[in-house]
This record gives sequence, C-alpha cells and structure tokens, in this order.
Amino acid sequence: MNTFTIGGVHPEPNKLTADKKIETLALPKQAVFPLSQHIGAPAVPCVQKGDTVRVGTRIAEPGGFMSASIHSSVSGKVARIDTIVDASGLRKPAIFIDVEGDEWEPSIDNSDKLVLQNNLSREEIIDRIKNAGVVGLGGACFPTHVKLSPPKDCVIDTLIINAVECEPYLTADHRLMLEHPDEIIVGVKIIQKVLGIDRAVIGIEANKPDAIELMQSKMSMVSGIEVMPLKMKYPQGGEKQLIEAVTGRQVPPPPALPANVGCVVQNVGTVFAIYEAVLKNKPLIERIVTVTGKNVKNPCNLKVRLGTPVSQLLEYAGGMPEDTGKLISGGPMMGRPLMDDTAPVVKGTSGILLIPESDAARREERNCIRCAKCVQACPMGLEPYLLATASEQSDWECAEENWIMSCIECGCCQSTCPSRRPLLDWVRLAKNRVGGIIRARNAKN
Amino acid sequence: MAQKLHITTSPHVHCGDTIERNMRWVIWALMPVLIASFFVFGVGALIVTATSVLSCLFFEWFITRFILKRPSTLGDCSAVITGLLLAFNLPSNIPLYMILVGALVAIGIGKMSFGGLGNNPFNPALVGRVFLLISFPAKMTSWPVPAGLATSYIDAETGATPLNLIGQIAGGNTAAADQLPGLGDMFLGNIGGCIGEVSALLLLVGFVILLCTKVITWHIPVSILGTVAVLTGLMWLINPVLYVNPLYHLCSGGLMLGAIFMATDYVTSPMTPKGMVWYGIGIGFLTVVIRYFGSYPEGMSFAILIMNAVTPLINNWCKPKRFGEAEK
Amino acid sequence: MAFILTAVLVLGLIGLVLGLVLYAVSRKFKVEEDPRVGQITELLPSANCGGCGFPGCAAFAAACVKAESMDGLKCSACKSEVMQQIAAIAGHAIEVGVEKVAVVRCSGSCQNRPDLRIYDGAKSCAAAALMNGGATGCFYGCLGCGDCVKACKFDAISMDPDTGLPVVDQDKCTACGACVKACPRFIIELRNKNKMDRRVYVSCVNKDKGPVARKACDVACIGCGKCVKACPFEAITLENNLAYIDFEKCRLCRKCVDECPQHSISAVNFPPKKEPKPQAEEPAAVQNTESTENK
Repeated sequence: MNTFTIGGVHPEPNKLTADKKIETLALPKQAVFPLSQHIGAPAVPCVQKGDTVRVGTRIAEPGGFMSASIHSSVSGKVARIDTIVDASGLRKPAIFIDVEGDEWEPSIDNSDKLVLQNNLSREEIIDRIKNAGVVGLGGACFPTHVKLSPPKDCVIDTLIINAVECEPYLTADHRLMLEHPDEIIVGVKIIQKVLGIDRAVIGIEANKPDAIELMQSKMSMVSGIEVMPLKMKYPQGGEKQLIEAVTGRQVPPPPALPANVGCVVQNVGTVFAIYEAVLKNKPLIERIVTVTGKNVKNPCNLKVRLGTPVSQLLEYAGGMPEDTGKLISGGPMMGRPLMDDTAPVVKGTSGILLIPESDAARREERNCIRCAKCVQACPMGLEPYLLATASEQSDWECAEENWIMSCIECGCCQSTCPSRRPLLDWVRLAKNRVGGIIRARNAKN
Repeated sequence: MAQKLHITTSPHVHCGDTIERNMRWVIWALMPVLIASFFVFGVGALIVTATSVLSCLFFEWFITRFILKRPSTLGDCSAVITGLLLAFNLPSNIPLYMILVGALVAIGIGKMSFGGLGNNPFNPALVGRVFLLISFPAKMTSWPVPAGLATSYIDAETGATPLNLIGQIAGGNTAAADQLPGLGDMFLGNIGGCIGEVSALLLLVGFVILLCTKVITWHIPVSILGTVAVLTGLMWLINPVLYVNPLYHLCSGGLMLGAIFMATDYVTSPMTPKGMVWYGIGIGFLTVVIRYFGSYPEGMSFAILIMNAVTPLINNWCKPKRFGEAEK
Repeated sequence: MAFILTAVLVLGLIGLVLGLVLYAVSRKFKVEEDPRVGQITELLPSANCGGCGFPGCAAFAAACVKAESMDGLKCSACKSEVMQQIAAIAGHAIEVGVEKVAVVRCSGSCQNRPDLRIYDGAKSCAAAALMNGGATGCFYGCLGCGDCVKACKFDAISMDPDTGLPVVDQDKCTACGACVKACPRFIIELRNKNKMDRRVYVSCVNKDKGPVARKACDVACIGCGKCVKACPFEAITLENNLAYIDFEKCRLCRKCVDECPQHSISAVNFPPKKEPKPQAEEPAAVQNTESTENK
C-alpha cells in the first residue's frame, strides 16, 4: 500500500463516531456568519441590519480574487453586523441573523434526488462554484474556484480526492462517503470536466475498509476514477503528502503549488459541496461536523447549518462534560482551540472535539535533549528543534535558511517531543515573521 | 461554563513519550550487562557500579540544590545512566575514591557546568572516564581477569586484556597471539576488561531492547561497528600475522558498549540520519587508528569524545532530505 | 646543562621570529582609525541595542565622527550629559534633548482582569498574540509572557509576580525603545521623564466599546470622555473608545486622574495627597505603590 516517504507519526485513531449515522441538527435561534471563513480577503457584507433573508441568500460578496462569498443558511432578519470571537481566537466582524421559519430561495433544489445531467460548460461550472461560495472543506478553506483554475503553464493530469481523514477522532468525510457515494462520484466527474482530464484517484486510508469497499464497488459503473487504499500514517491528508503517496511526486517548496506537479487535490467534502452547488444550485450552507471526545456522552456526526453556535452541537451530543479542558474546532493535531462555546460553525469546522482536562494541560517543558525524534517525525524533512530555537532567539535568517516556509504545521514534531517543548508554537511564530520578511522583500523588488 | 478552557494551539495530543521513559529503557537495556559482569568479576562489579551511580546522583542533587539553586533534575534518570556508564568503563577493582573523583568530573564538569542535561557538548560519563584514565593510568589499565563469583574486590588478580594482546601483536610480538582467548569466550564475555565491556552478546541484547522501544535508531551503532569491521578486516587481509581477525575487534573492549550506549547519547550525537552515519564512521575510524597506532590499547572513549566535538559541525553540514528538494 | 640551554635558545629563537612576524604584519596591515571613534565607543554603553539605528555602538561612534552635525544621531541609551560629551569629542554642538522613559500602559493585574482561560504554550507574547486573544477577556492588554523583559538589554524591566505585569525600573531605563518594538500589543510607550519623574498617563490601551472593555477589566478605559472635558490644557484626546494624554501638552495637573470613573489614569511619583509621607523612599518603589493604589 502506498504512503508518503518522509517522517510521519501514528497518533491513536480514536474514531469513536465511525459507525454513527449523520443526523440533522435543528435550526439555531440565531446564526452568526463571520466574514472571514476562508483564506484570503474577508467577504464584504451585502445585507444591512433589518434585511430579510432566505436560506441560500447571499449575504456577503468576495472581498477580492482570493476570497469567497457567504450565504445565509437560515431564513430570518439580519439582527446586526458586529464582531465575534471565532475559531482564530480573535475578534472578527460577523453577520448575525435572527432565525424565523425555514424558507429557502426558490432556485435551490433541496431534494435528495440524485441529479446526473450536466450540460454546463467549464466556465459555467466554475461560475456556479464561485457563486456558491465553495471553499476547501478539509480545514484550510482555500477558495475552490481559484484552485480549479490552475495557472495556464501547468499541465494537470491527475485529480486527487482527499478522503484520507488522517486526523484522529474525525469521521465526517468517512460518513459522507458511506452515505453519499453517488453524489461524490458525480462531483468527481464535474471536477474532471472542469480540469479536462480523465484520471482521478480517491485516496482513502486503510482504517476505513467499509468506505474503500463501497467506493470500489461503485467504480464498476464509472471509468476514469480509481480508489486507492493508503497505509495509515499521519499527516497523509496533507496535500503534499497525499500527492506523494498517490503519484510519487514531491511538490517543490513554496511558492510552488500542487499544480506544478500536475495535481489538483480536493477534499471529499468539497466534492460533495461542488456537486450540490453545480447540479442542485445549492450554495455552501451546511456541512457535516463530527462532535466527539473521550468523555462526550453521545459522540455523533451532525449535518449542521453554518452559523449554528457550537453550544447547540454540544447540547445535542449530551452537553459539555464537567472535566472538559479544551474545546477544539477540528482535529487534535491541527484543530484550533476555541475560546468558548459561543463560536459559530463555519465552513472549515470539520469537527468539534472535547479534550478532558487531564489531557489538555501541557506538561512542563524541559531542555531539548537533542534526541532527534522531531527530525525523524517531520514529514517535510525539516529540523523542528533548530527552527524552534531560531525562533526563540528571533534569528529569522537562520529559520529561513532552514526552509521554515515549508512547514505545514502538522504538529508531528511537538506531539513526539519527549521534553514537551512547544516546538510548533515557536515555528508558527517564526513562519509568520519570515513570511512577513519575504513579502516585504518581494514588494521591494 | 464553569471550567477554564485551555487555549493553547495545536497539536492538542501527545504521543506520551517522556525523557524519563527513554532514560529508563536505557537503564533496563544496561541491566543484562551488569548481571553478566557480576558473574564474570564478582562482587567488585556491583560495588563499583553502585558507588558510581550513587555518587553521580549525589553530585547532581548537590549541584542543582546548592550551586545552581534550581529544582532537582534527578527525576529524569540521566544521572543514573551516567553513573552506570561510568562504572561500566572502569575495572572492577578500582579504589572507591577514584570513582568519586570520576563521578564528580562527569557530573560537575561534564554535565552541570554546561547547564545540565541537554546542554553538555561531551558525553559526561566519558569525560569522567577519560579524566580518570589520564589521572590514574596504572589503576585504570590493570584489568582483573575473570574470576567467577569472586567475593574479594580490591585485590583481584589482574592480567592482559585481549586489546593489550592485539596491540602487542601489531607491535611485532606475534607470540602473544597464543594468549588470545577464543572468539566464543570473547562473544559471551569470559574475558578481562572493564565492567561493562565483557559480553558482546548481552550488549547486543541491550541494543535490541533499545531498537524495539525506539529509544535509538540503528544508524550510529551499525555505522561504527561496520567501519571498524571493514578497516580491521582490510588490515587483516593485508597482513594476517600482525593484524588479528576483525571479529576480535568487534567483540573486544568497549567497542560494543561505546557504539550502542555511549555514542548514541542523545545530547552529544548528531540529529539527522545522514549525520549519524558520518559520526559513526568517524568514531569507527578513530577507534581503529588509536587501537593500532596510538599508545592506548583502547580508543573508543577518545574517538567518541573527539566526534562529540565535531557534532555541531556535522549538524550544520548534514541536513535532512527536505520534502520537494531538487536532486543535486 | 647544554640540554637546558638548547631548549631555552630554541624557544627564545622561535619567540623572537614570531614576534618579528607579528610586528611586521601589524605595521603592514595597520588600519588608521580616528582616535575619537575609540573615545566615543568607550562612552557608549556597549549594549549594541540598535536603538540608534546603527548595527552597534562602534558603528554609531564612527557615524558621529563622520557626520557634519549631531542631527539624527542620538544614543537613546545615553544620558544627555553623555551625549554632550560625545558631541564635544566629535566636535559638534548639541541641544539637550528631553529624557524619556518606557511606560507600561496596562493595569490588568490578576485582580483587575482575571484569567478566563489558560494559556500554557510557548512563553512568548509574540507567539501568544499571533494565535488568539489571550487568556483574559481583554484583547488589547498585557499578555504577561515577558517579551519586553527579554528585549531589555539594560535589565530595566521585570515581571511583577503579584500583578503579572512588567515593571520598568526608571533609573535603569535608557528609553532605547527595544521593549516598545518587542511588545506585540503596543502597550509600552516612551514618554517624557519630566521633572521629579512625575508622569500622568492612561494606563490602558483597550479600544473596545465601554461595556465590553469594562466587562474585561475593572480598570479599563471605557472612552467616556470625562478626562477630555476635565483637562484644562487640551492634552487629552479620545479615539476609538480610548483616551490618550499627549505628554508634550500635559502639565501634570492631575485633574483627569480624579475625574476618571475607571481609575485607569495613572499618576506616578507625585507626593501622596493630604497625608504627606517621607520622601526617602526609592522612586521605583513609589511608582509601584502608586500604580497599585490606582488600581
């Protein structure tokens, strides 16, 4: 079985919700839509306080080329445009909508019927994806229409569907594959049409045998799509790692893109969203969220309208356990800690994870004993111990020379460090600073 | 929400590894060797080991408590390992006060003066050992012969070790070849020498334990042993009368002990696989050079210390293969 | 005997030859340096803090000698007398500048601004500020990881273990500005040192609206504007729900201090009102007690 070659770790999978069917969560009383739910410029609100909106009404337009529009997932009145603390932990502007009823935009096909007919041209498809505000649902939230328009000089030959879900605990993509395989295949076909290629590979990690089997059984009816089981190893779901695992090609360091090695990677959740956007005219207003944690009473996979407060998800899952020490949006390796449970579900929320206090507190850090375990674990072939020290001493030049911008922030280094050093905290700081220095330099030249 | 939430960033889980776990496994891996030395040298081995470990612990505690005024670092077990390794590099009939001196140098100068575990450029146990070797050359180079479960300790009968003999042979005294013990005895450990270096077999058992628990990787020990085997093998092929079979080298003296337990010391060895291999080759090469051409019969300690000094340079030169790096 | 003699002779000869080589080399490669550069360098603090904009103290000294006047050349770490000496050596005239000192504009101690969350990541304000809003309810105030302490080359800042806030030792502070740059929340400001080290400043940088700020911290500026009205010298401005006292205009009358309902304006090193205390106390200690009284 294929996998990537450098580094990697094996965290406990803890997929508690792999057998739990996707349930639909009730509508919230008030939905909150932060304006930056994607990489790039924040969206610009196009509604005002007091406006009436329906489900699927566009409430914010892209704020630039690298941006995405935002749609209301509920019907009701715009209460205010104010700030809220989102998953970034910072206060960001957001649109608050008071929910009244559940009235959909008439153009949206809100049935479960599978649509296969696709007579749209390439441009029309990209336009629909853009208008629907689809972004990468794997967590990075890269605007999908940008990703589907690779630079002209790159020849794309492979579409890779990321169904790895290497993050422990999360099962949203797994369940989606089990419950909506046909929609996903149609979605893959749409992307193939956009890119004008006939090779697509669905990469699934070996810990999801039921999904592999189901998808493979569907393959007898379609051509040009291959299901590739992959050996379990974190961070296989990282874009660069997945490309290497599937094709054996290594993406060069930034600013190179996957397109430079002829690949486009889309998360399986994004594929589903693309299907809905293109053939059902449904903007990105809901997503599957895994609510889980060792002490959670009723861990589950929920279909949630965007903007629903996290507290409502927790309530459905049996409430927040007494000993919760950390509330995480996303998985345990790369998720972001939430400041409290008022934060809304956004496009990038793949899971809500509750970690008990005993696991949440970091142990006291000690001297680096230079055991080299971080070097062995790093999937990008970096030296985290060195980068962290450089950052601690504000030696940005040293960090840049040692490839800090290649870091994908997967957390392998820190999760293996026997001295419990906050390696990734330091590396992130240095990455931020070095990124600023590089941008300033490029702007000057 | 009554409870305070942590807002520290990802990763939010840890594999559970700690310094203590790694150190404890090194101690367990050293235990078979200690037991073997008891059967070869008797009570002396245990007395020397116990003294060394206890004095290392004492000095570390004393220095952190009264000189550095920091919280105690005894919990990380690294002082126990320093004590064990120091003892394993001593003959079993060494006077106790010398062990105290060695432990003081190892912990005080070799480790704590640089800021404790993680900051020392040289392997502390070897610093102590080499200090003793240079200060008390006579006592440090008269090794007791295997005496079974001897109860006496200080006045054990001493004799030439295989390495002395190998040196003599290479010096032209080919008659000494008759005194060399059989390879089987050398592999099992029925020979004279320092406490920890007698049984190649049990040292290899320790190596397997360390590999299985992922405390160390194979790179350093294998490259050292490989280099020594290749170099001594070449010399043996050139002149089998003067130079002995490479297997004698592999099973004799501190080579195994050094390669498996001392060269692999986390703090003083390189960080990348490539660097580890170069480091191992350097140690192997220096060991052979010192054994054959130096005035000391054993060169492992010096070779490791010299390569410890080169480690920062190796770390600068040998970078890991970066993801997506263009082939040169 | 001859043995010893040989040794002495050989060693002596080697020494002589090497000495001659050294002499020749030093003559050949002698660098002509203006002696004034050395003199100035000796006056400088040799902390190489970079506050002057040059790579180090020696570079600054060279620049002083080279320059036509002392315009734009100021060692922020030197007292004005020292700067005058430097100018004299370099042969320039100099005006006496106003001495400044670093001021920490946050009073969010553990009592005023309790932790709502726990941050146990890397001990760096910069790292903490990058990731989220911090452990307290205030998104503007001190993070307490001590980046300013690390940045200070003169050992003038320390963290007060009781309040969790940095304290500036005004006698050691040279106003080099390293801490100002280091603070990711822009809390520290260089303000005029003033006569008797008396200073009045708004000890808060919270730009949130009143109710939000008040909820986060007991002594937060809520932007009510009472101080602006109270100030007879128009030294106080209100922007983004935050009052700011212009230290060039402030005449230290302290009217605003009494007016502030949140007690977020600090007045330091003034004699206590009404009940006079002996003046023997150290200024730093006074600053400390004063600011705690204000909280």
